[in-house]
Amino acid sequence: MASIIRSKSVLSVFFINLFLSLVSSAVAVSSGSGDGFSISGRVKLPGMSLKAFGSPGGKASNVKVVLNGGEHVTFLRPDGYFSFQNMSAGTHLIEVAAIGYFFSPVRVDVSARHPGKVQAALTETRRGLNELVLEQLREEQYYEIREPFSIMSLVKSPMGLMMGFMLVVVFLMPKLMENMDPEEMRRAQEEMRSQGVPSLANLIPGAGRS
Amino acid sequence: MDWHQQYIGKVKHAVFHTQKTGRKRVVVSTEENVIASLDLRHGEIFWRHVLGINDVVDGIDIALGKYVITLSSDGSTLRAWNLPDGQMVWESFLRGSKHSKPLLLVPTNLKVDKDSLILVSSKGCLHAVSSIDGEILWTRDFAAESVEVQQVIQLDESDQIYVVGYAGSSQFHAYQINAMNGELLNHETAAFSGGFVGDVALVSSDTLVTLDTTRSILVTVSFKNRKIAFQETHLSNLGEDSSGMVEILPSSLTGMFTVKINNYKLFIRLTSEDKLEVVHKVDHETVVSDALVFSEGKEAFAVVEHGGSKVDITVKPGQDWNNNLVQESIEMDHQRGLVHKVFINNYLRTDRSHGFRALIVMEDHSLLLVQQGKIVWNREDALASIIDVTTSELPVEKEGVSVAKVEHSLFEWLKGHMLKLKGTLMLASPEDVAAIQAIRLKSSEKSKMTRDHNGFRKLLIVLTKARKIFALHSGDGRVVWSLLLHKSEACDSPTELNLYQWQTPHHHAMDENPSVLVVGRCGVSSKAPAILSFVDTYTGKELNSFDLVHSAVQVMPLPFTDSTEQRLHLLVDDDRRIHLYPKTSEAISIFQQEFSNIYWYSVEADNGIIKGHAVKSKCAGEVLDDFCFETRVLWSIIFPMESEKIIAAVSRKQNEVVHTQAKVTSEQDVMYKYISKNLLFVATVAPKASGHIGSADPDEAWLVVYLIDTITGRILHRMTHHGAQGPVHAVLSENWVVYHYFNLRAHRYEMSVTEIYDQSRAENKDVLKLVLGKHNLTAPVSSYSRPEITTKSQTYFFTHSVKAVAVTSTAKGITSKQLLIGTIGDQVLALDKRFLDPRRSINPTQAEKEEGIIPLADSLPIIPQSYVTHSLKVEGLRGILTVPAKLESTTLVFAYGVDLFYTRLAPSRTYDSLTEDFSYALLLLTIVALVAAIFVTWVLSEKKELREKWR
Repeated sequence: MASIIRSKSVLSVFFINLFLSLVSSAVAVSSGSGDGFSISGRVKLPGMSLKAFGSPGGKASNVKVVLNGGEHVTFLRPDGYFSFQNMSAGTHLIEVAAIGYFFSPVRVDVSARHPGKVQAALTETRRGLNELVLEQLREEQYYEIREPFSIMSLVKSPMGLMMGFMLVVVFLMPKLMENMDPEEMRRAQEEMRSQGVPSLANLIPGAGRS
Repeated sequence: MDWHQQYIGKVKHAVFHTQKTGRKRVVVSTEENVIASLDLRHGEIFWRHVLGINDVVDGIDIALGKYVITLSSDGSTLRAWNLPDGQMVWESFLRGSKHSKPLLLVPTNLKVDKDSLILVSSKGCLHAVSSIDGEILWTRDFAAESVEVQQVIQLDESDQIYVVGYAGSSQFHAYQINAMNGELLNHETAAFSGGFVGDVALVSSDTLVTLDTTRSILVTVSFKNRKIAFQETHLSNLGEDSSGMVEILPSSLTGMFTVKINNYKLFIRLTSEDKLEVVHKVDHETVVSDALVFSEGKEAFAVVEHGGSKVDITVKPGQDWNNNLVQESIEMDHQRGLVHKVFINNYLRTDRSHGFRALIVMEDHSLLLVQQGKIVWNREDALASIIDVTTSELPVEKEGVSVAKVEHSLFEWLKGHMLKLKGTLMLASPEDVAAIQAIRLKSSEKSKMTRDHNGFRKLLIVLTKARKIFALHSGDGRVVWSLLLHKSEACDSPTELNLYQWQTPHHHAMDENPSVLVVGRCGVSSKAPAILSFVDTYTGKELNSFDLVHSAVQVMPLPFTDSTEQRLHLLVDDDRRIHLYPKTSEAISIFQQEFSNIYWYSVEADNGIIKGHAVKSKCAGEVLDDFCFETRVLWSIIFPMESEKIIAAVSRKQNEVVHTQAKVTSEQDVMYKYISKNLLFVATVAPKASGHIGSADPDEAWLVVYLIDTITGRILHRMTHHGAQGPVHAVLSENWVVYHYFNLRAHRYEMSVTEIYDQSRAENKDVLKLVLGKHNLTAPVSSYSRPEITTKSQTYFFTHSVKAVAVTSTAKGITSKQLLIGTIGDQVLALDKRFLDPRRSINPTQAEKEEGIIPLADSLPIIPQSYVTHSLKVEGLRGILTVPAKLESTTLVFAYGVDLFYTRLAPSRTYDSLTEDFSYALLLLTIVALVAAIFVTWVLSEKKELREKWR
């Protein structure tokens, strides 16, 4: 009985080790100072080099970094860095609100036992982060692109198809009829008359009377 | 079709930036925690930032002429923003141990090379911060000496500062500090037996005035020449009655300060012999600006007084009360109320003399710029603080009205047509073109002031924190009317709470205008007496208002109306009595008939109790009141306080329409939705996990959700989510509830859906039973019955934090539903309800696929195109309102926060009308082409026939 318990505990220790080894690749990103811990990181936006950041109209001024669903809100510095101060140890959630980009929320664990040890992982992809550099997962297009006008789209539409079929009937069918041998035609017509089935040829004035 | 409006809120601080040539601007901070840079010419927003909810701005200033410095979060966060574009430059966190008054001082002359110092006193410490990079240069802790800093004073022409404060309530401390390095040069202290209370007013760089603890003596404290001297002046010696509330108002006038006594204000001057004398006495509605230093150390300040419908602005040079630099009188709309704040700025006129402009904050939170006796621009910033929204129909278009209007303005009509003619003949000047566009806009379909066939045009009636009601036209978002609610003498600080539709005539009483009921209370506590106001939604006039003797804890609109279509409302007071409104005999007779059918519930979140109530009898009391009723408690659900804490309670929208109870599944099976108006969703969490996200251990956190029938108190459904915590945002509609919460184990947000089906009707699908009449389909539906129900649930991950959740509602409830989710990024995402369907499975069968069931995925998709706000942000999003249009496919969506956003949505596409981009021209062209083709072919065939005949 005792041995089983021991083996279980050994197993759990092994799991903990495995877990630690997995996450410990996530390197500490910040240090604790004063009465709380601080979390600092960086948001990387595409097409924004250090120089472009300061220019007016740069999107970085409209990016917000939100901690724990609105508990704290901060903004980006020109170089993309942000920081939260006075954090308690525990698990936190960081979200980046930037129009036009989709960012995954980031889980940040601030360790109480090892002051200053911070681990981060993207919650969407469950990928651990070596340093707290947040990159967008994808760009977002909010508007559907309007199909450019083309003749093909007109032709492909139901109305276009109907018109096409009508044109075929009106102009090509008589031509087909004309190319037929008159003898054969007469025979076919007689056959049809005897059967009493109205033929297409009857409906078309030109061909029907020939 | 959709519109978006940006606001900032009621301005707290304003700093002008007009020195340099180029764009003149004013930087403001507001009560909605917004920092914005406004164009001084037009009042438009250059840039704007909405800080977090807890990040209250304490002060703003401009440093180095290019950075806006803001102090926020009770003096713990200092940020610098680039003035032209609003990019944050740096951010500093100031630490301290004790709370103290946050003060921000940007001295102009403390410069080291290109840097200049920023002095911040907060949390018991004085910090000097570099304005280039936000580095803290030195810190001095006053809390250690238990001194509470009251004022930081910069001495002219030197790099020394004074810091004055109290230790306890009677010990006065004055420190002289070298601002460059924080070195303490001198420290003086003296005790004052009377003690100090309230604010201090600085009258010169070495003298300040405060009150003693009895609030009847003005204490002048001078600390010049390293000596502290107190001088007492009785208010009664100044010839003033000092009984009542005496307060020193913070101001920065030199040699003068303001004291507020009861309802008037005194301007008191410190004479050269250090004596106090009353300069002027005004009523309390008068507002004074801070002192403004302009050319060569001259000072000026503005005084704004009310006189009837006019507002008098006088700019006076410092110290000289009887002299006026500028005296202007402007006509003010009385709907703006009183002046609350004024900020002044000077400019050079072309003749090199000084002109002044004033930025005025009104009682209705609007912001006005006044220059040369005229209002240059105004902003209706009350719309940043919407409390409640309802809608009202526009008047029906009447034949007679429009004709009369045309005759009335025949000249205008002719002029309009002349303009249009000019426009078509390309003779119009740019002004004419603008006029034509204005006319077109006025007469355009979307902004007409009448009801339309599709029900797209409506009035959005919004109630704001400023006690102002606005009617916004849904077509273009313009303000149709606005009304500042009347303030009665009995109530000093009324707060408004809710809007209800009081009268919505549509069958009877068609000549009556619709009206809304505004419920407020006098004071903050829930026991404060209620105030009712009735407002006509067409004219924007307050029809009536009452100060009630009882409170209104809960307001219940009843589903009954009287002969003039006034809806009956019940107000529950804090003694659990109910009061019926309107107080008419007709209302009481309607109420008597339904006496036994009235039930309601109350949620006491603090005590963890939900109670069901019914009406018992008429009130017993000395005063006979026919409209007051006693109630009794029918049932109560008590949650164990140690393990469950109520964090959310959501019920169905009362006016929601459900098309059908039956739901046909792919197997030709029928499921009956359990549809009850009396459904309440309650979410409780473990008390330990009621804090912010991640504050609790997954093992000690749980979320329990309940579905409760509010008539019988029966718990229909209970489910526990282990390792989950709030905040919970939920929406209840038809037979389903969707709620959003945080999963601590996965560390992601989740959304769950629960659908309820009525099992007692499930056997009705037997044809034989139907034929033999053994079905219970005709059994009356009763709220008392306890049908068998089954529930189905499913849970998905959701990426974002959520600020608000709503569901689309349509006129007949046929159109499929979409959830509208206000995300943390202040966008509104439309998510099809089909994604939240408990019948989703990993591999749906072919039949299920045909039914529209989506294969199960672990998380809900976020499709960028389904953001209804597109690339816009509704900053500070607080709520989303959906209103059905008359057209079944369409629903109207109004999202509000600091910004407003309105759009029309068609969750299943516009299947009952042509889309706006439908090309009528193409249709016409096709018809014309077809007709032409018919003629051509006819002629051709005729010709051919003729040829055949000749052959």
